Amino acid sequence: MQTRQPLVQSSNGAPQLSNEEIARYSRHLIMPEVALDGQKKLKQARVLTIGAGGLGSPLALYLAAAGVGTLGIVDFDVVDESNLQRQIIHGTSDLGRPKMESARDRINDINPNVRVETYEEPLSSENAMEIFKDFGIVVDGTDNFPTRYLVNDACVLSGKPNVYGSIFRFEGQASVFYAEEGPCYRCLYPEPPPPGLVPSCAEGGVLGILPGAIGTIQATETVKLILGIGEPLIGRLLLYDALGMRFREMKLRKDPNCPVCGENPTVTKLIDYQEFCGIPQAKAQAEDEVPEITVKELKEKLENGEGISVLDVREPHEYEVANIGARLIPLGELPERLVELDRDTPLAIHCKTGGRSASAVKLLQDAGFENAFNVKGGITAWSEEIDPSVPKY
Amino acid sequence: MPKIKIPTPLRQYTGGNAELEVGGQTAGETLGNLAAEYPDLRQHLYTGDGRLRSFVNVYVGDEDIRYLDGPDTEVSGNEELSIIPSIAGGRSR
Repeated sequence: MQTRQPLVQSSNGAPQLSNEEIARYSRHLIMPEVALDGQKKLKQARVLTIGAGGLGSPLALYLAAAGVGTLGIVDFDVVDESNLQRQIIHGTSDLGRPKMESARDRINDINPNVRVETYEEPLSSENAMEIFKDFGIVVDGTDNFPTRYLVNDACVLSGKPNVYGSIFRFEGQASVFYAEEGPCYRCLYPEPPPPGLVPSCAEGGVLGILPGAIGTIQATETVKLILGIGEPLIGRLLLYDALGMRFREMKLRKDPNCPVCGENPTVTKLIDYQEFCGIPQAKAQAEDEVPEITVKELKEKLENGEGISVLDVREPHEYEVANIGARLIPLGELPERLVELDRDTPLAIHCKTGGRSASAVKLLQDAGFENAFNVKGGITAWSEEIDPSVPKY
Repeated sequence: MPKIKIPTPLRQYTGGNAELEVGGQTAGETLGNLAAEYPDLRQHLYTGDGRLRSFVNVYVGDEDIRYLDGPDTEVSGNEELSIIPSIAGGRSR
């Protein structure tokens, strides 16, 4: 039945199942592919999930229900309203609680036989190897490039499989990066995109159900690796398009020149991943180049009638959700609509959190506008600091 | 003409189109024609010196062109080109 070596921690010893567990796992035990032996492997397994968010939620729920013995979770976030549309491990009554706590409570309720080990700290180059050390499989459910490369490199360096999933709007990717047997994430993408070029879910949005589909695929791959059954996604990139409702599959190859898993690796220990992803440089550049105005300063100027006009560069569907009565010209239309703007009046430009409006200010500067300011923190800051009646989305 | 699948993050630069038919004999030529048709897309596919960006992978069928003939990989009539950029989302806050 087995197609490969099961991935369990032998240090855990061979566990026995109680009568309660036998009743609980009945639907597994009657399948020859799992059976008593497989269920014991699941109990023996130690799986680390990075993030208890969109992907981490279904993942942790299903792995707990399936009887994975030890689940490690790394997250330091607090449950926020905007999480509940997709992060189903947390509920409305958990708002404001650390995700770690609500995840642990939910897992204990689903299956009290699961040991939850929590790491309420950001994963970093300093702690990653130490945290990974005691786990057999790492599942990546993070939301940013620095952590993705960190998880990949730490998995390669510690010889562990990285069960990968990523989502954006209606589209997801999944794979198993296992350098011992196939390519790693760096073989697929040697370098991250420069900051700002690829929008995050917080900027671009995501269908709430999408992480359910991709997280469940990650959970499936994890269980298959533990049991040593079936064909893992090693060397294959699975693409899921929820709108077209299509799955596609691309071949992945191990890159012999890969800096971390190739023949002559140049990355032999963890590096500074913020630096690698260009985050400090981008921040410095953004701060350098764009004049800013805080929401408090803007409010004062508006109240004192100092002749400043406000421009909103978000999309119309965002404007419909929340606006502060400013004139709307979406960033994409701005280049053709510059003639509509008065060059002599100071202009405060805002978006949701300040990223797109910084680009707009740059664009206006390049077009010769001398009095354009980026509203720091965007309409979100306005809602938090000036007018809470403006909904935060 | 080869069909090109446009991933979600790049559709805003192709007028919302998820799939486009673009002429070309090779993968490089087809992508070049695509970028010529949708100029806003160019900076997302190419670096300043005209090389394909390293976080944008291009596949002909299910094969990465890096392991075929790169941009010179021939594309016959009905072949499907896919642009697969890296996406990071998962635990969005």
